[in-house]
Amino acid sequence: MSRVALISIGASVALFLYILEMVRRRKLREEYSILWLSGSLVILVLSVKQEWLGRISQAIGIAYPPSFLFLVGILFILLILIHFSIAISKLHNMNKKMAQEMALMENAVRKIEEKPGGFTGT
Amino acid sequence: MEQEVPVAPEAGRVLVVIPAYREEKTIGAVVSAARAQYPYDVLVVNDGSPDGTSGAARTAGAIVLDLPFNLGIGGAVQSAFLYARDRGYDAVVRIDGDGQHEVEDIGKVLEPVIDGRADACIGSRFLGYTGYRGSIPRIFGIHHFRWLVNLFTGYHVTDPTSGFFAINRRLVEFYSANYPSDYPEVDAYILMHRLNARAVEVPVRMYARAEGKSSITTFKAVYYMVKVTLSFLINCIRSLG
Repeated sequence: MSRVALISIGASVALFLYILEMVRRRKLREEYSILWLSGSLVILVLSVKQEWLGRISQAIGIAYPPSFLFLVGILFILLILIHFSIAISKLHNMNKKMAQEMALMENAVRKIEEKPGGFTGT
Repeated sequence: MEQEVPVAPEAGRVLVVIPAYREEKTIGAVVSAARAQYPYDVLVVNDGSPDGTSGAARTAGAIVLDLPFNLGIGGAVQSAFLYARDRGYDAVVRIDGDGQHEVEDIGKVLEPVIDGRADACIGSRFLGYTGYRGSIPRIFGIHHFRWLVNLFTGYHVTDPTSGFFAINRRLVEFYSANYPSDYPEVDAYILMHRLNARAVEVPVRMYARAEGKSSITTFKAVYYMVKVTLSFLINCIRSLG
């Protein structure tokens, strides 16, 4: 087994276990772990089954099979980043709605407090 | 909540909306002028200003919505639409709090909407005599957006970036759910076009900013153009919820 294969097996196993551990400790939500786990699994499988790696590389015209591994890795990183952009946009919208809701509620509370005999907060 | 705040049948029908960020020096005068000249409720949306904007507006007699942090102009104005929707206002007119817009023109901008001739009426600084002068990038941007709006919607607008406008209940309800967050005015034309809304322009006076400098620098102007063009085009193909 080549040194590159050993390193990528080690790295993908470590990544897989690390992500699992983070999910187990609830530091990472399951929905965000799926891409990481599947990415590290794919790289693991291709590092172990080198004949598959060789065959795929040959089929798409890559002379040096490990560079196909890098390609897969980069594609996963790209996917994960897009996933993050979407997640951030969603959070951004939720954040905006919450701020607007808060302002409306604060205004309503103030109105009630200002009314004679209204809620005084004591 | 709705039965807590009965809407007065006449005076309560129109809401004057003033989004404000760091405008403590000018907001009071704008609110007072609007309240003195019109029987309408005046709502100031304080977009997370760290200064005394909120207090100044309240002292001048405005209803104030305090956003907990800065949302940007679209998010701030949308909060006002939500307020207007929940409290049953029939029309909203939006003006700036920095003295750029002439409070006396509120009636003119509202008229077509109240008469039911239009769903939206936009105050234009380029119709009739207005004497407006802008910087070169700004004028270039305005021409670009005029062309873009006309090409995609067929509205013949002269002042596509004007933030002085009135809209009726139908648009208030729609915008409560869909309103662009950054630079909403140009995008609004696509939304109106897709709703088959009737939009008209009336001439208004606009002044150089009384306080502070315009938020448009050259870099920002380029970003503004690109961002607005992109979101405009995307709004053409977006599904409206």
